[in-house]
Order: sequence, then structure tokens, then C-alpha cells
Amino acid sequence: MLGRTASSLYWMSRYVERAENMARLLEVGYRISLMPGAIEGHRDEWRSTLTSAACEQSYTEKHGDIDGAKVIHFLLFDESNSSSVKSCLKTARNNGRGVRTALTRDVWESLNSTWNELAHIQPENITSDRLPEFLEWIKQHAMGFRGALLGTMLRTDNYYFSQLGNFIERADNTARILDVKYFILLPRASDVGSDLDMQQWAQILRSVSAHRAYRWFYKDSRYKPWLVSEFLILKEQMPRSLLFTYNWINLALDGLGELYGNRYACHELARETHRRLKNGDMEEIFQEGLHEFLQEFMAANNRLSQSIATTYNFP
Amino acid sequence: MFAPNGSVRAPYARVEKWLESLGSEVIERALRESEARFRRQGITFAVYGDDKASERLIPFDIVPRIFSATEWRRLSAGIEQRVRAMNAFLHDLYHRQEILRAGRIPYDVIVQNEAFVPEMVGVNPVKGIYAHVMGIDIVRVNENEFYVLEDNCRTPSGVSYMLEDREAMMFLFPELFAQQRVAPVENYPAMLRKTLDSVAPSTTKNEPTVVLLTPGIHNSAFFEHAFLADEMGVELCEGDDLFVSDGWLYMRTTQKPRRVDVVYRRIDDAYLDPLAFRPDSNLGVPGIFDVYRAGHVTLVNAPGTGVADDKSIYTYMPEIIRFYTGEKPLLNNVPTWRCSSENDLKYVLEHLAELVVKEVHGSGGYGMLVGPTSSKAEIEQFRAKVMARPTNYIAQPTLALSAVPTFTNSGIAARHVDLRPFVLSGDQIRITPGGLTRVALKEGSLVVNSSQGGGTKDTWVLED
Repeated sequence: MLGRTASSLYWMSRYVERAENMARLLEVGYRISLMPGAIEGHRDEWRSTLTSAACEQSYTEKHGDIDGAKVIHFLLFDESNSSSVKSCLKTARNNGRGVRTALTRDVWESLNSTWNELAHIQPENITSDRLPEFLEWIKQHAMGFRGALLGTMLRTDNYYFSQLGNFIERADNTARILDVKYFILLPRASDVGSDLDMQQWAQILRSVSAHRAYRWFYKDSRYKPWLVSEFLILKEQMPRSLLFTYNWINLALDGLGELYGNRYACHELARETHRRLKNGDMEEIFQEGLHEFLQEFMAANNRLSQSIATTYNFP
Repeated sequence: MFAPNGSVRAPYARVEKWLESLGSEVIERALRESEARFRRQGITFAVYGDDKASERLIPFDIVPRIFSATEWRRLSAGIEQRVRAMNAFLHDLYHRQEILRAGRIPYDVIVQNEAFVPEMVGVNPVKGIYAHVMGIDIVRVNENEFYVLEDNCRTPSGVSYMLEDREAMMFLFPELFAQQRVAPVENYPAMLRKTLDSVAPSTTKNEPTVVLLTPGIHNSAFFEHAFLADEMGVELCEGDDLFVSDGWLYMRTTQKPRRVDVVYRRIDDAYLDPLAFRPDSNLGVPGIFDVYRAGHVTLVNAPGTGVADDKSIYTYMPEIIRFYTGEKPLLNNVPTWRCSSENDLKYVLEHLAELVVKEVHGSGGYGMLVGPTSSKAEIEQFRAKVMARPTNYIAQPTLALSAVPTFTNSGIAARHVDLRPFVLSGDQIRITPGGLTRVALKEGSLVVNSSQGGGTKDTWVLED
């Protein structure tokens, strides 16, 4: 397989995952913005959405003040923002288009029809009442793509590289949301256990579609910071947790190792991170500092991405 | 479809009945389905200089264009003769130049031709073949007369539309294919692969490694590049994916570099190798031309084939065929006036309103004048251009191109068509039965190019 093909498959999946995550973040921002003003702090929600999406700086450079409608447009349609949903889907499709030979017809058509439909959507028609429907549309299409990939691709290098892109992006996303929402928006000591506090935790869970799963899993309807963090970091049953993503990253790297008959530094990097998560203990993590832990995780995740690119000759 | 006396010609008999039986509802549904199908699969072409609609569909017409087996046999014999002559001509041009010595073609026409690549002189391509993949544009003017409009031996495109049009027809109207035997076209990619394998350099060990070299996703024919690579099971490469090391060509893979034996390149000569040709090219592979000359890789088509499909050479084709095959040409050339000659120029300027005038090096239907459908002002504008640079133009009579039924806004109506059969030369010559029929969708129009609003049709060769 060409190094370029591997790279395109990797980025194709990464960008579809990013588009889906962007939709989830916006969903949360939108919900909060609808809440009565009595709940202090909700006005910061759009800023927090931008920060979680790693788009705060680029937004401020372009628009200055935070304005709900502008934020939404910036994160959905602005093609000058490389992480907007439109840019993500365009990049994903261009990557897919470049390696059509490596995709099944179902995967390609899912990507292509998403792009074609998006091209017909007029941003001015996505008014705030129609936003939820549109965000749903994005999620549905991202999941349709993923379903086509899981259901039709041969388990060879094509598949492994797209899995790697998918899960490295998801790991980064979950870690960032947790870090931003927890650390930056850390409630004052007096707020702990208050309604506001509960809202914040509910948001974190919602943005990874885990608020119901949490209740089932812990058989508890109260969101506890400790448990929420544990759920999103260490619980492999939770499909957006860090451990879960690293289980899948390892599987894909093992697949490549076996197929090519060679293991490299990237295999070791992934194993190392996986080990830390597998043997992780929430108490220790909190003692050392959740923020430090997450920062370190994101740096390691990024190193892994670079190591994969070098090892497999991405252009 | 109709004979001069107004009766339906034999090959169309069944389809004519079928057409009559179709309700407009059925036709409209079929058109909608086929468009959705092409769109979903991304079968699009890019239009340069048109940002908004940078990916467009080529309109597909549901009424097939049909040849009988006898008609096709006659046509393909003519095509084969022409292709053999063309390859012999190219070999001669880059070796002893007998045809120039014999005075059949003036030296100037070759020497001053931009498509002539002096670096190719003395190079011996595998099996002596230069133009492995050719598309020959043919028009029919009456029941038994075909004219060759143009030879394409650089990087002809359109074969993916031929294949997808057939797929679409079989999907929309399977019953038609049950009623009569239509020669299959879907083995074209397999034939192309065989052709490419057969011209691998003698240094190739085991199975040859073949790649398709594309300029990338922004190229107008990118869909076709990806499609063919996929169908042939070969890697689709951009220039960056290939590199030269120690006199051999390799591709960068996720594992060790892999040696490449045959490159089916869909980029022009000028961009092939920045070290040998245009230094500003970032589409090509530095050093690939040296590897080629050392006989370590085969380039398909060979560099320098463009000299044979130039419009100024076109006028000499009957002579070229006679010279190399010793036979009478089976396919006619369209009578052509060369504006470089004084007598011809005089005639052309006097008859602009009746003629089609083309640029010698142009393609894609750009920069041409169709006299009978142009306004006086347009004609005068063109006259100035021709007079300023006569050597840049040739002229041809406006042909009574055959017309076939086509679905239009006002129902089924006759529209003009041409035909591009695809010819492969390797260990043998292979011609796909049929080819790409292009249709001018505007009433009365003779311009079939997709960049000028032309569409395509499925092309049938009926089996006996």
C-alpha cells in the first residue's frame, strides 16, 4: 500500500469523527443556551464550546466578541475554519476521493452523498429552531459512514489505518472535553453539589452521548465528578472513553504488525498509554491532578499520531 | 437511426419499438435515477475556471446508439489499420525518419512541432509501441461513410463513461439486453491491464508492477483515473508517491519501497519529469525519464506520441497509412485545408461561413469556429485571428453528421453524435466493441465536447 493511501484513509476517518464530535459539542452548547438565564454561567457556554472545539483563538481573530449565531456558523459552515463541520466533511471526502481504490463502494458513497447533500444546505436556512435537526443529520451521516466502514471493509491495512484515525481523534476529543469542562470551568468550591455543578457534569456527559449510559452503568442519577471522570477515562465499556479508544488503537496496530510482520516504536507508544489507562486508578489521577493527567495524555496521543505517520511513510 | 428513405435502419428495429412503448413518465424516472446514480458514485468531471460547479455530471442520454456487427467489423478494420500505421510512423520519426527523407511530409511540420520530443530520438520502447492507448474520434456522414475527425494518442479520456453508461443502461432497462445480444464492453479494464503487462521491460521479474500516475483529485478526469486503477487492481499514484533511486523507479509504500515496471501515466509529457521537461512541474517524478531511457520502466503512452495526433499531422494521415502499410486507407480523413498554405488560406477566408475552423494545437472544442451557426460578427472576429496567425489554423467542411434519437426537453428528437472507440496496442491490438458516443444536446449543434454542453450515450455493437 502507498504511504499516501494510508495517510488519506487515516485522515478521512479522523475528519468524519471530528465532524461528528463538533455536532455533539454544538448540541450541548445549544441546549445550555436555551436554559433560563437564572443559571449562572450559561452565557459562557459558547466560549466553552469554542474552547472544547479548539477553535477559540481562530474565532476571536475573525469575529472578536462571542455571539451565539456567529459561533454556530463558524463551527458549522465557515470554510476558513479547518475544523468546521463543512471543512471536516470536505477534507474527509477529498481524502476518500483520492483513495477510492482503497474504499468499498458503500464507504465511498456514504462519504460522497453526505458531501453532496451538505452542498445543497443553505447556511441561512439553519436557523436556531432547525439547528437540532441539522446536528442530528450530521451525526446520522457520520454514523452511516462508520457503519459502512465496519460492515464492508476487509480487515487489512485499509481498515486498520482508518480505525487509527478514527480512534486517535476520538481519544483527543474526549480528553479535551473533559479537560476544558472540568478544569477551565471548575466550579467554585461553594458551588460543588449545586444545581450549576450538576448541569456542568451533565453537559460533559451529554457531549459524548453518555448521560443515560452513566445512569445505567452506575445505577445512580446523580453525577459525581469522580465517577464521571472515571467513566470517561478508565471504563472500557464506555465507547468514547480513553481506555476504549486505546483498546481499538492497539487492535489496529496489532493488525498492522501482524500483516507486515514488523512492530515499531509506535506499537510501544500505544502499549505504554494503554497500560497506564488499564492500570489507572482514579484516586491517583486526582491526586496528581486531572488536568496534568489529561494534558500528558493528549501529548502522548499526538506523539503516537506522528509516530504512525513517520513509520508508515505518510507524505 | 433512419435511412435516407425515412425507414428505420435494421439495427434500430427493436429499440425503435421500445422507444415508442415508453411513456414519458418512465423516461423521466429513468433520467432521474441515472442522474442520482452518477451523482452518488461521484462520476463527475471538473470544469476548469468554473469554481462553483467545479464538479459536474456529463448528461447521460437513455437512447442507445447502435451498430450492426457488419458495420462494426468494417469500422474496426479501419481503426486497426490506422493504429498500426500510427505506431510505425512514431517509430520512424524517432529513428530513421524515412517518411521525411522520402519527402512525403515536410521536415518543418515535424521539427517545428512542439509535441516532437527530441530526447526520444533513438529510444526503443518495448515492442516498438508508442501509442498503447488511443481514442479515435469518428463521425458518420451516411450509411456507409465514416470520417476520422481526430486521433488522440496522448492521454485520451472518456473510457470510464463508456463503461458507466453501459452499467446505467443495464440497471435501468435490463429487458433491452434480454431481447438482443449486445457485445460486452466491461472487460476493457482487463484488456488494458493485459496490454500494460505485455509491454513491461525485459528486466521485469515475475508479475510486473503497474501503477496509474494521476495529476491528482483536481484533474478533470480524476474519476476515470481512480476508476481504472480500481478496476485493474493497480495503485493510483501521484508524482510524490514515486521516486527514482539508483536508476530504478520505486513507489513509497507503508513498508519497503517497491519497484515499479509499468507506468500508465495520465499526465502530459511536459509535466512528466521536471529534470527532463518543465522544471516547474510538481506533478511528475524527477528522473523518471532517465529510468525510461535506460529501459528500466515502460511509460504508457511513450513520451512524444503527441506529435502524431497534432492537427497539422492529421492532414497527412492518408499518406502515412499508405507509406507504412502499403494499403489504401479504410477510413477517410475529413478533407482539410491548411491555412499555412496560401491557396488553402484564400479558400478558407472566402468560405468561413460554411467551414469549421480549428486551432492546430487546440482541443476540447475551445477556440473553434463553426461557420454555419455563427453570427457575422463572430465570423469577422475569427477572420482577424486566422489572418494574424494562419499557420495556427486548419479548416474543414461542415459535415452532415449522423443524428440519432435523443431525449430532449421537447421529447425524443434527433441530435448529432460522434464516436470515440478506444484502441489498445501491446502484444496485440484490442478494440472495445463500441466506444463512447458523444451527443450535441443543443438542437442543430455539431459540438459534442462535454466542456461545451455535450452528453454521452451507451453505444451498442449487436452480435450476429
